[in-house]
Amino acid sequence: MRQADSALELHGLVVSYDGVAALSGIDYALAPGAWLGLIGANGAGKSTLLRALARLVAYQGTVRVTGAEVAHLSRRRLAQLVAFVPQAPELPREMRAIDYVALGRTPYLGYFAVERPADRHAGHELLARLGLAALAERPVGALSGGEVQRLVLARALAQEAPVLLLDEPTSALDLGRRVEALELVDQLRAERGLTVVAAMHDLTLAGQFATEVALLDHGRLARTGTPDAVLTDAELGHYFGASVRVLRDDDGDLVVVPRRQRGGPS
Amino acid sequence: MGPGPRQGDGAGPPPPVAVARPVLVALAVLVVVTVVATAIGPADLSLGTVVRVVADHVGLHLPGRVSAIDQAIVWQIRLPRVILGGLVGAMLALGGASYQGVFRNPLADPYLLGVAAGAGLGATIAIVSASRATYLLPIAAFAGGVVAVSLTYLVGVRASGYATSASIILAGVAVAAVFTALQTNIQQQHAADLQPVYSWILGSLSVATWSDVRLIVPYVAVSTVVLLGHRRLLDVLRVGEEEATSLGVDPRRVRLTVVAAATLGTAAAVSVSGLVGFVGIIVPHAVRLTTNASYRVVLPVSLISGASFLILADLGARMLDAPAEIPLGVVTAFIGGPFFIFVLRSRRSRQGTL
Repeated sequence: MRQADSALELHGLVVSYDGVAALSGIDYALAPGAWLGLIGANGAGKSTLLRALARLVAYQGTVRVTGAEVAHLSRRRLAQLVAFVPQAPELPREMRAIDYVALGRTPYLGYFAVERPADRHAGHELLARLGLAALAERPVGALSGGEVQRLVLARALAQEAPVLLLDEPTSALDLGRRVEALELVDQLRAERGLTVVAAMHDLTLAGQFATEVALLDHGRLARTGTPDAVLTDAELGHYFGASVRVLRDDDGDLVVVPRRQRGGPS
Repeated sequence: MGPGPRQGDGAGPPPPVAVARPVLVALAVLVVVTVVATAIGPADLSLGTVVRVVADHVGLHLPGRVSAIDQAIVWQIRLPRVILGGLVGAMLALGGASYQGVFRNPLADPYLLGVAAGAGLGATIAIVSASRATYLLPIAAFAGGVVAVSLTYLVGVRASGYATSASIILAGVAVAAVFTALQTNIQQQHAADLQPVYSWILGSLSVATWSDVRLIVPYVAVSTVVLLGHRRLLDVLRVGEEEATSLGVDPRRVRLTVVAAATLGTAAAVSVSGLVGFVGIIVPHAVRLTTNASYRVVLPVSLISGASFLILADLGARMLDAPAEIPLGVVTAFIGGPFFIFVLRSRRSRQGTL
């Protein structure tokens, strides 16, 4: 599984907050173009892992992105390699959509510089690609939840980074928009050869979109492998502490269904 | 390849944030305000007289004659005061807008981190220990302001282990409280010097000279260049520290640079004007209400409008109760208080943010 040309490589990754380990001993390698779905109960370390990959928390061990050790990169260079979409982005409500997307060009601009025409042009092309061309001049605060989701994605894509980190990318969206948003990420992954790491709450969607999943449990990698191998009744029941059934729909796609436990919560 | 037809804009690249128009409007207002404020005073001068004298001094000879007395009034008395007021106002407004950007706090301005308290302490020490040596006053005030903000920064970083906006603002409140206490204590022990200390604290441009202007121009110039250089980075910080970091920006470095530049300029400004309050909050907010919220607009327009604002406030200070003068700080506070409530209301109705 480990290969020399991994998009992402973790060795002995440890993160602790005030002496309490949030992640311990994570080893993983991800091939370019893969979609890794991070699953696990609340507090298992999904967000922490993403934040370590973006070097937003201090960690021990090594993280390599396209072969380069993250700890040795400048912030600017790292932002050219890794784009991070947080769970609840802070939205400057009065900023125009095009200006917001253009923020993604920051890693390519000098300290005192402003965007060049080419950067703004790239921003407009991304808005068009994500179906937001008509909203370019609108303030961010005037956009709907689904539009904001795509706008934030557009900003991340403007970084032109080979690795895209998504923290619960669809938690704020209704069901239809969720599938739509993930479908879009999947298309962009194919178009641009992106490597995607996404913390995913919805196990059904993780099963349908991820090419491989990693199940985190109390800061450790409990299970890794294809969705078929990891998303099983027994594994999920064990690690989520709930009764679930994994079904197949007519197309053979995974469906994870929670089941009510008789006798109330244990 | 080519920029295909896009709705809303014709040919050419997509339009960047429109900066030129608000800047030009603000500049036009500043020119008018400067000329009018120079013309108004105990000796009534015509606008033409002011323009002729200024033109004369920049080597342009316009037709018409100006008496030697009017020459002196314009060039030696009124203009230094108006220009100094403009520089101080510009610096306080730009400093306030920059602080609000790096701390992402609508009420942040250099005063919040202790510039005012530090400068006040420095000025008080200078006045009570060497009241004759008036040239020491601005230097002491400047030093006091810079020391106070440096201390705030150190305390904020040390106490929390990490330079977050909140920890620095809290440290600023603490440092300002201690410096103000020291200043009050010294002031009370030297009751004889109460009057000059008091009038400095309340702010005044009544003794402005060209040498005051020369004294602060270098600081204001450097500070302005550095702060305007951060106009895009302050927009990046609007998405929060963590996201700004993931975009390749180091928010702590930006904050340190902006705070250093804004503090240097502001300390220089208050060292000659005294503690003129509210400019750094009123002007940037008014600019935000009337223009795009981007710092690419807010910073330059605040700079220019801050100059107009303080020139007008100083005109009020010397004319409203003529021949007596109202302290400049009293005038700005009088405008600032009600304006605060107005900003609060407009923010509530728009649910706006920075």
